[in-house]
Amino acid sequence: MDINRRSFLKVLGGGMAGAALGSSLLPGRPRAAEIAAAKQFSGVLVDTTRCVGCRSCEEACAAAHHMAILDINDQSVFDRPRNTTVSQWTVVNRYQTEKGEVFVKKQCMHCNQPGCVSACLVKAMQKREEGPVTWDTNCMGCRYCMPSCPFEIPKFEYQSSVPKIQKCNLCWERLRHGEKPACVEACPEQALFFATRRELIEEANKRIYQKPGDYIHHIYGEHEVGGTGYLYLSKVPFEQIGFRTDLGTTPYPEFTKGFLYSVPLVLLLWPAFLMGVNTLTKREDEKKRGGERP
Amino acid sequence: MNESAKSPEIKTVKDFVTFIRRELKPKGKIFTPFNVITLPIILLGLALIAIRLVKGLGAVTNLSQEFPWGIWIGFDVMVGVAFAGGAYILTFVVYILRNEKYHGVVRATVLNGFLAYVFYAGAIFLDLGRWWNIVNPIFGNKFGVNSVLFLVSWHFLLYMISLFIEFSPAVAEWLGFKRIRKILASLTVGAVIFGIALSTLHQSGLGALLMMAKDKIHPLWYTEFIPVFFFVSSIFAGLSMVIFEGTISHKVFADQIDPEHQQSFDRILMGLGKGCAGALFVYFFMKILLLIHGKQWALLATPMGTWYLVELIGFVLLPCVLFLHGVRYQNLTVIRMGAIVSMLGIIINRLNYSVIAYKWYVPLSQRYIPSWMEITITLAIILTEVWVFRWIANRMPVFRASPAWVTEESTVKKTVTIRKEVPKWKVSAM
Repeated sequence: MDINRRSFLKVLGGGMAGAALGSSLLPGRPRAAEIAAAKQFSGVLVDTTRCVGCRSCEEACAAAHHMAILDINDQSVFDRPRNTTVSQWTVVNRYQTEKGEVFVKKQCMHCNQPGCVSACLVKAMQKREEGPVTWDTNCMGCRYCMPSCPFEIPKFEYQSSVPKIQKCNLCWERLRHGEKPACVEACPEQALFFATRRELIEEANKRIYQKPGDYIHHIYGEHEVGGTGYLYLSKVPFEQIGFRTDLGTTPYPEFTKGFLYSVPLVLLLWPAFLMGVNTLTKREDEKKRGGERP
Repeated sequence: MNESAKSPEIKTVKDFVTFIRRELKPKGKIFTPFNVITLPIILLGLALIAIRLVKGLGAVTNLSQEFPWGIWIGFDVMVGVAFAGGAYILTFVVYILRNEKYHGVVRATVLNGFLAYVFYAGAIFLDLGRWWNIVNPIFGNKFGVNSVLFLVSWHFLLYMISLFIEFSPAVAEWLGFKRIRKILASLTVGAVIFGIALSTLHQSGLGALLMMAKDKIHPLWYTEFIPVFFFVSSIFAGLSMVIFEGTISHKVFADQIDPEHQQSFDRILMGLGKGCAGALFVYFFMKILLLIHGKQWALLATPMGTWYLVELIGFVLLPCVLFLHGVRYQNLTVIRMGAIVSMLGIIINRLNYSVIAYKWYVPLSQRYIPSWMEITITLAIILTEVWVFRWIANRMPVFRASPAWVTEESTVKKTVTIRKEVPKWKVSAM
């Protein structure tokens, strides 16, 4: 095809004008400026090789969210792995591995596409633009978020007549004022690093490249269940330190997508089909009468 | 029968109030064995419900952070709704396919379906931790449209309305509202079509609820076709329930049913048995296909695999064979046995998804086992439903014939067609 400079510019100019016009007319299509300004999800990188199990993060979390303060010098809690509870949004566990003791902080992973958010029928669970997954009081208490969470993080107050779902909210109330999450600020070993998710992945890769012998070459949470806000580095394979490695990389909301897409189709086509059959089975005398049988 | 078929003359509000007050009084003996046994259970259930509302779910249930859904969801809602499926199938057969043979059992089935939704889907209310927010998915501005549960909750509500419209002519006949009955009856086909579409979606939707529990449900049960399985199984679950409930009702309410209908009921049971056998076979075939396709043979050798085979052979294939045998040899007892086995199979299947094969890797000591209080409340709900069903059946034309004025209006035109149809019925009954 013969293209000279002039016609190339013409086509290009026309195309650009068209694109500009098209995008300005179409509502909801983001422009370049908006994409650049859009907030990136923030998250936390947990470097388990640095964690010493001091539990300062647990203490800071409890203080920040007005929950019962625990005795963090109590070493007996490490005897067996703990789960987060309704009054403890984060816990540190100790694991015996092939390379010695490893301490791992556990809390909500703040998925990019959270199962709990898509499960919630009243939008009480929300993924905020800063990155946290938060809970609100318009919740019905149906607990559908609990089986839908790959990490089993939402905890329900069974003993209360006004129960709440309790889980880490990445200190959303602090994030909105430009502060870091309480646990990150409290960590004396820089095992927790707070930044945008993109920066976290860069930092994690940098650490792996600089000291390849100290880490296994995998960032947990980079791709798991479509990516999570909390990312983990480790010196041992992740299944040794209490992580599920069989969760796959599909975001959990995808599992119900197929069904939900079929809903409008069924609601549109099924009644039409049924009405058709209903008309076809009408007998002659009924058609004349024009009515239904009693 | 003729006496009860007489309709009241309600002209004023005062007439209405006196009529309702008269009808509210119990008919027949109060101290029957059934009443004496069930009333204490219902009262105990009510007391436990009060405790649950005041002290929270933990006070009466064994639910935990590990097992957030127990029998109130896995049995009351999931099994109850599957059993209520008979309403959408029979209305499909009678109003869409116009198979008149089953007309006699439609009203009882629709009433049963409506009450099942009110009571068993209503059991969700008890299970909701923050029940005062139950209206949030319906009113308000925060709709979680990406949630399967949002769809299911809307469909429950709309389907309850559809079922009530389908049943409402019976209420009008009871009250003697002739013109209103005519209007309500004209809405039936619309409600039926709407109801079938809703049922298709929420029967399968109950299965789709579990799609995001991918890592928690045993791989032999978890498949992307759970919604299809739930839908297909609701067909034979619903029909089996019609057989089961109909058999009991035709004994209990025998005095209301005219002998002609009693005889045709046997042929109806045969037809329902045939339908069950077909649906069960399709279900069995799909399960086998998926088992082969999934290449999960190794899992069958595990304890959960044995349990899977028990469900598949004992509670899908066996009832299918029973139904086929019953239809082939015209044996109603075998058909009734088939209905009971297939209903047990549905209970096992739904509980597998919500309780048993759910987190099968958790050791028994930490597993969810329902508390006696959860079971009592469930029993109380079922028994209350039976009481309400009985109250309605004793007053409205559910089993008995409609009042004379209903048939008078249409007999003139109908006589011809009925005579024409008789030979056709005989053929279809074979």
